[in-house]
Amino acid sequence: MTDAPDPVFTEPWHAQVFALTVHLNEAGHFDWPEWASCFGATLKKNGLSKELDGGDDYFTAWLETLEQFLASKDLADLRDVAEMRNAWERAYLSTPHGAPVTLE
Amino acid sequence: MPHDDPDHPHSLLPPDPALRVKALETILTRKGLIDPAALDVIIDTYENKIGPRNGAHVVARAWSDPAFKTALLEDATAVVSEMGYYGRQGEHMVAVENTADVHNMVVCTLCSCYPWPLLGIPPGWYKSDAYRARAVREPRAVLADFGVTLPEDTAVRVWDSTAEVRYLVIPERPAGSDGMDEAALMDLVTRDSMIGTGLALPVEGSAP
Repeated sequence: MTDAPDPVFTEPWHAQVFALTVHLNEAGHFDWPEWASCFGATLKKNGLSKELDGGDDYFTAWLETLEQFLASKDLADLRDVAEMRNAWERAYLSTPHGAPVTLE
Repeated sequence: MPHDDPDHPHSLLPPDPALRVKALETILTRKGLIDPAALDVIIDTYENKIGPRNGAHVVARAWSDPAFKTALLEDATAVVSEMGYYGRQGEHMVAVENTADVHNMVVCTLCSCYPWPLLGIPPGWYKSDAYRARAVREPRAVLADFGVTLPEDTAVRVWDSTAEVRYLVIPERPAGSDGMDEAALMDLVTRDSMIGTGLALPVEGSAP
């Protein structure tokens, strides 16, 4: 039967980006239909070049939508996000394995 | 603590999207727009507390209690909220009942709208382009892929979920389940049967 317990989220970041979006919605930063319509548009665009399988590509589209969405609402600037992403990368690369990773 | 494997002198670098999510989190936390602890609560809820057992509970009760079923078909949102099943993506829920004449099936052609409080997070196939495109166009072929063959004269009705309205299919109660209590009935209700891509499980020892 197909009801075997699939993991809800297959990657930790899937869960994180999902929770982040739900949390922002619950905090009143946007309503869900608005989000769904933007997300639907991204899925449609990404689905033009290849058939999406609903796994990693689904959450990739989710993240892409959220980044654009938050930028359009002046909640998180795209350049700031890119810089912060690189700061986290540097932090991971300069932290010894096993130690907690923190930003400088 | 230094690591003893020279091939991994530093922490394992998460994949690019994980770093981007972390970046968003950091920025929004610093702006005071989100509470990181709330994120953990949301993840725990969806990973551990919300899932198809909620929907199965609703279906089992509908099978057992005709008055409940009538109320459910009239105003599902109110009825399931009373059972404690409400929240995100459950603001307006509609229950549709499978009978010998009609088989209902649910899709979201826009993205992946789904009754989270009743069924949890949708499975990968529900979110795939293949299912979203084909469910409306050729529902019987999709059902066949799921191993479901319906009698010729059973109509198939496909419901397209939206961000406003989400559907729960009440599958047909399996033959031989008379007299079973709610808990036993719940075990017959699969996730797919509540999306309409499956049927409730047959009762062991009874003819299908």
